[in-house]
Order: sequence, then C-alpha cells, then structure tokens
Amino acid sequence: MTDQVILQIEGVTKRFGGLVAVNQVSFEIREGEILGLIGPNGAGKTTLFNVINGVYAPDEGRVIFRGEVISGLPSYEVARKGIARAHQVVRPLNELTVLENVVVGAAYGRRNLPLGEAARVADEVLEFVGLAPKRHLLAGKLNVAEKKRLEMARALAAQPYLILLDEVLAGLNPGEVAAMLDVVRQIRERGITILMIEHLMHAVMNVSDRIVVLDYGSKIAMGTPQEVANDPKVIEAYLGDPKMAQHLLEEQGENEEGGADGHS
Amino acid sequence: MKRLKAPALWTILAAVAVAGIWPLLNRSATLREDMFLILMFVTLASSLNILLGYTGYVNFGHIVFFGLGGYIGFYLISQQGWHLIPAALAAALVTTLLAALMGGAVLRLRGAYFALATLGINEATRAFVTNFKPFGEATGLSLHFSRYQEYGGPASALWFTYALLVIVTLVTLLVSYLVKTSKFGLGLMAIREDEDAAMVLGIHAPRAKTIAFALSAFFPAIVGTLFFFKNGNIEPGDAFRLHMSIEGIVMIMLGGFGTVTGPVIGSAVYERLRGYLLTTPLFKDLQLFFAGMLLLIIILFVPSGFIGWLRERSARLREVLQ
Repeated sequence: MTDQVILQIEGVTKRFGGLVAVNQVSFEIREGEILGLIGPNGAGKTTLFNVINGVYAPDEGRVIFRGEVISGLPSYEVARKGIARAHQVVRPLNELTVLENVVVGAAYGRRNLPLGEAARVADEVLEFVGLAPKRHLLAGKLNVAEKKRLEMARALAAQPYLILLDEVLAGLNPGEVAAMLDVVRQIRERGITILMIEHLMHAVMNVSDRIVVLDYGSKIAMGTPQEVANDPKVIEAYLGDPKMAQHLLEEQGENEEGGADGHS
Repeated sequence: MKRLKAPALWTILAAVAVAGIWPLLNRSATLREDMFLILMFVTLASSLNILLGYTGYVNFGHIVFFGLGGYIGFYLISQQGWHLIPAALAAALVTTLLAALMGGAVLRLRGAYFALATLGINEATRAFVTNFKPFGEATGLSLHFSRYQEYGGPASALWFTYALLVIVTLVTLLVSYLVKTSKFGLGLMAIREDEDAAMVLGIHAPRAKTIAFALSAFFPAIVGTLFFFKNGNIEPGDAFRLHMSIEGIVMIMLGGFGTVTGPVIGSAVYERLRGYLLTTPLFKDLQLFFAGMLLLIIILFVPSGFIGWLRERSARLREVLQ
C-alpha cells in the first residue's frame, strides 16, 4: 500500500425527493488498500457506489479519481477511467456465454481492448476466479455462487485501478465465502485497490485495512477494524439490530485471538 | 481476419447466392418475382434483426425505412432523372442519417415505450408524405415508361433490378454477420441483456444503439428504391404498410432472433407460407391471422426460433451456427 490517494469523496450528498440517501460524506481511499464500507440496511452504501461509478450524479460534492473529477460523468466513461464494479444483485448477461460476459468486461474496460486480446484477458481472469471449466455455458445457467464469481471476473477483466465490490459474499455458504475472500486478497496482491460493501462482519473485519461506517446516509466512523468495532457510535448504530451489535463484539474478540477463519 | 473464414458465413452466403442466381440462369420471370419477394424479406428481416435481435429493441416501424428510402430514391429517379444505383445509394444515406437523428431521440425510451414510439414514427412519416407536394401527396409518384429505356427496356430493367437485389441481400447478410461477430456487436448484445449493467461495464449505450438503429435503416432504404422502381409507381399506402413491419418480426422470431441465419430461413419459410395462404381461396383473407397465430406459437413454445432452438442443443452447434 502506498500513501497515494486514488479516490477522494468530497462532501457527497445524494437526495431522492425528501430522502437524503447520502449526506455530506467525505473520505479517501489510498492506492492498494482494501477499504470496507459498512452500515445498517438503508445506510446509503449502494447509493454511494452508484454515485462513484456514475449511475447517479451527486447533488452536492464531488468525486475525484486519480486527480480527476469524475462525478457527473456517465457510467460508461467512469468505467473507461478504470473503476469497475461487481453488483450486489448479480447482473449476468444471461443469453451470452460466461466467456462472452467476461470479454465484454475486458473489451470495454479501462484498456478498451480489441476482441482477440480481450478474449485472452478473459481466459486468464476466468482461470483466476475458477470459472474456466464453465466458459462456454450460458451465464444464465450458472448457480448463485458462480454468478457472483462471474460478476467479479467481469469487473476484473476490465483491468481497473479501483474495483467496487458490492456484497460479493452475500448468499454464499461458508466454504464459498472463504474461497471468495481468497480471491479478494489476491485481487489486492495484483495491485488493484478495493472498496467493498459487506454485511458479513467477520469477513469485512478480517480483510479490510480500514473501514468506513455509514448510518442514515452520514459517515459516523472511520478507522481500522479494531477502532471501528469499539466505537460507541458504531455499536449504537447497530443497536437497532442487537444481534448485529453482539456479532460485532464477538468478532472483535476473535480478531484479537487471531482467529481468522472464514467459517464462524 | 479470422471471422471471415467461418464456414457458417460462407454456407449461408453461398445458399442465398445460388438461390438468387438461379432465376437469372433459367430466365424465368415467375421464379424471379418469387425470389424478389423472398430476398426483399430476407433483407428487411436481417436489417431489422440488427436492432431487434442483437440490441433487443423491438421496432414496429422498421418499414418506415423501406418507405422513406423508396420515396427518396423514386423521387430522384422519376423527378431528377438519376440512375437507379446512385439514387438507391443516396436514398440509403439520407434515410440512415434521418434514422440517426430520430434514433438519438426515441432510443431514450426502452421496452414497450420504444415500441410504441416506433409505431408513431411510421404513422407520422406516412402522414407527412401524404401531404408532401414533391412526393406527389396522396396519389404518389409514377415513373414514365420511357425511363426504362436507359436500362435496355422494361424487361431488362426488371432483371437489372433483381440482380442488384441479389447483391444487396448478400451484402446485408455479410454486414449482419460482421456486426454480430464484432466488438460493437458484442456491446449491442450486452445492451440487449442488461443495458444498465452494460453501461457500467463501459459500453457507450446511447451511441451504440443509435448506430445500430441507423445501420438497420440503410438496407431497407435501398430495397425500397429497387422495389418501387420495379413497380413503376409509389404511394403512401404501399410504402408504409404497418403489417409488413409485423411480418418482419414474425420472420425473425420464426428463424431465430439474434442470429444471422435465422432471418434468412424465417423469411423464406414465411414467404412460402404467405404465398400458399394468399393463393388458397379458403385462407386468402386470413394471411395476417395466421401470421399472428404463428408469432404467438413461436413466442410461447420456441421463443428462440428455429436456429436458436438448434443452437441450444449443444455448445458445438452454438459455435458453428451464427
């Protein structure tokens, strides 16, 4: 990890009618880091992702990526700048094969490759996420865990500088979670910066360098996993969901014992 | 270029070329008229397929390009004294340009809203042409008999037009195949599957859709010019027949949407069926009823059409059949 800031969120606000989904949120991500974005349901995490990658323009504030203001650009231009995204609700291109899905990512991503080269990149990425044996299957025929991997593969194939992972662990069984976490760590080893939304606390606590906590659209805490888990404001935010607060504390205990298994 | 060596491409081009040249060899005028209709439908369906099959936008007004192109070409030939070939090309270019302008606006709509807007475009264009003086208003335009002398008399003008249609059909199929196997085509298919996801992946969807819409207008405009030149007259009712748009959709669905071969097979089969129904006294008024039934049956039971159904059988077939 370097100290170079790759993405800067400056006072971003996004409203839907009277609802303030994201409220004056500011933070930055350093190159090569894994930043976890957590918060109760409806905290505005996915909306913030949508602002970062151009699905929405922010009502206030701006997003600066590699020294360039990108807020307000359409999503296809943001993709070209080097931000890729894996969606929370998987969006496979059903009637295309797994390979074709990933080729789209490679061909239209940051490097804007011709088809032949994109196919080579796609093959390599499919190997990496373990979908190579299914490359000729229609994407619609994959199971949920495989579709999550496909989302990831498509985003990776774009060879982005920054990847946005939106709950890539949701709905996976413990074995699949562990495997996916391995993939996440390996992505970082490739030098790609990761911003991930995750509800699975032990996972996000384990894998993140720093964590940002949103609640009702506002940033309420930021720091290392330990700092965040001990922050009274964070515990309070999750108290609406007492089980979650308890969970947080338990995982904190595990972290201190050095228990890093993804199966708890 | 590797994709130009695909056997599937050459098989379908060879099949269409042989069928197209056949009437030229045995000089049968009836055969020529039959083939003219089939090739015309192949071109209309294949060009519509670029938008409907590859991009996933249902266009009920595809025939507007045929009508508008036909009018522009016919006007250039009959009023300005142009030769058929430059007139057809000019008609195609102007129609494509108009489509690009229209597309930029209506392609902001999606799904049923887009489909409804395309119905509106066809009706609005028909209404405009019906009141447009240079195009002869409601009575249309006709070609003076003597104009065929330039092509060696009426008979050889018909053969000449037919030969051009064979070439146009082959070019349409080649373009359809090249689009499908290109990066641009992959982008269109990504838009068809999930437009928002495609944009997040980096596809400039508004531009890609507009290009697809404009491209789908080019070939019908040429065919429109050829058809009405052969006919010797053009009027709004013939140029903007809504049911031909719908029949085009039936042909695509029958053969397999989103494939290169599908519209060819669909057009040939549908045209034969249509010919049979029209010449059988019992059914002659029910041709559109059968078209509707056919569309319903396909959508309910074989939504991917004949070629699509074959492609689903195995991964190997999926690779070979385009």
